[in-house]
Amino acid sequence: MTTNIVEIDNLSFGYKGRLLHKGINMVFPRGKVVAIMGGSGSGKTTLLRLIGGQIKPSKGEVRVDGEVVHKQDRDGIYKLRRKMGLLFQHGALFTDLSAFDNVAFPMRELTDLPESMIRDLVLMKLNAVGLRGAYNLMPAELSGGMARRVALARAVALDPNIIMYDEPFAGLDPISMGVICDLIRSLNDALGATSIIVSHDVKETFLIADYVYFVADGVVAAEGTPHDLMQSTLPFVHQFVHGEKDGPVPFHYPAANYRSELLKQTPAK
Amino acid sequence: MIKSKLLLSIVRTLRGIGKRMIERVWRLGAGARLFCLTIFYSGESFKRFHLTLREVYFTGVMSLLIIVVSAFFVGMVLALQGYNTLQKYGSSEAIGVLVALSLVRELGPVVTALLFAGRAGTAITAEIGLMKTTEQLSAMEMMAVNPIARVIAPRFWAGVISMPILATLFSMVGVLGGYIVAVPLIGVDAGAFWSQMQANVDFRADIVDGLIKSLVFGVACTMIALFEGYDAPPTAEGVSRATTRTVVISSLTVLALDFVLTSFMLVI
Repeated sequence: MTTNIVEIDNLSFGYKGRLLHKGINMVFPRGKVVAIMGGSGSGKTTLLRLIGGQIKPSKGEVRVDGEVVHKQDRDGIYKLRRKMGLLFQHGALFTDLSAFDNVAFPMRELTDLPESMIRDLVLMKLNAVGLRGAYNLMPAELSGGMARRVALARAVALDPNIIMYDEPFAGLDPISMGVICDLIRSLNDALGATSIIVSHDVKETFLIADYVYFVADGVVAAEGTPHDLMQSTLPFVHQFVHGEKDGPVPFHYPAANYRSELLKQTPAK
Repeated sequence: MIKSKLLLSIVRTLRGIGKRMIERVWRLGAGARLFCLTIFYSGESFKRFHLTLREVYFTGVMSLLIIVVSAFFVGMVLALQGYNTLQKYGSSEAIGVLVALSLVRELGPVVTALLFAGRAGTAITAEIGLMKTTEQLSAMEMMAVNPIARVIAPRFWAGVISMPILATLFSMVGVLGGYIVAVPLIGVDAGAFWSQMQANVDFRADIVDGLIKSLVFGVACTMIALFEGYDAPPTAEGVSRATTRTVVISSLTVLALDFVLTSFMLVI
């Protein structure tokens, strides 16, 4: 068994000729909470999709438990995915199923467990996220934070080795954010899993992560423990961590000169 | 100068036509691929038949009202129009045959398919499209559950099962509507109405052919609705366009297929 459950080796990926990742290297050791951070559009979620085998890299490889993901056939990919749980940014709950049935879904689909055991397991998972009492509510009746917690219970329904979180803190109120923060750390430790968090919320992520990668311009711009990165003098990391307006990351999208743009004569129609 | 502008606009038009043609061919191929995959992964739909039955309820049972009401009015109009013409030739007793043959051979399968595309087809496209937009299909994929086996195939078979049943009900209710107008309202002899129908409607040539048509329409309408939803861009505009395309493409396909099938059936 390798020390690292996920390894990303010289990975490049792009859409329509534009490279999003240019030779990324990352390792995710077993039992750790590792965060991938970076600005919007830096390809963080795409990295999760590459780990899950939903898209194929242009160059390099992703290895999960020693297996190269993009070289697997459909059965191989599904076998690897059974070791993973993914919490989608907006939960992605099945809208025609109740909270209970959503959590029971992977158990019913992928195991031969009797219904009585599934019931107990689902209630345990819902209890872990504090929503046992909401088992019969439909997704439309749940708040954003509650839906995210039900989705988390579903993601860990089969006790995966790798739990991936796509922007778990986005759009949550401070209480829900704190609850999700605690849950990620405690579930990781209780299940002995490896957690991969994709986020741009510095405070919450630094609170629970053991190691952090910063992605910018398609490469790993910086990496280290949250403590190291807080002290970092690298201009990009400093700007990102402290949320500064001025720095290497410009506020404005590249554009022509502001003054000349405003003074430009528009042709009469 | 003018010549080069004209040439440029011709080239642009031709390029646009070519682009659209390539897109159409690509979509046709993608649709055929989805159809093959649906058939390939259909085992699950039969092993866990409750999934298919649930969809039969949503596509078939929920379409019953619109089918029954439409059939009733279509039958009544057929009887009215038919009587108006037949009485000129002194053969108003043949009204039963006219209503039954029109319904069983053509109107039953075709109108049912058109109504099915509008009612159930749009619902299927919108549901699958929204599942894609809200990442429910991706979530299923990430759970190692094949969405084609779990979501597409049960809906496909539900449509294929529902369509002939709905078409049969359409024809039955239509005949009833025709009877009500022809016998109690107009005063055609009830015995003549039924006996002419019994003597002239052939089980193999009329009823079975009608059922074959509705089965083919079921495959076409359901597959078009499923493909449009599965292929819809994951945006509100994408889903709404896909829903519109479902109705337009299904309706045209049904009418074209009806002509092809009728030609073959008349020759054989």
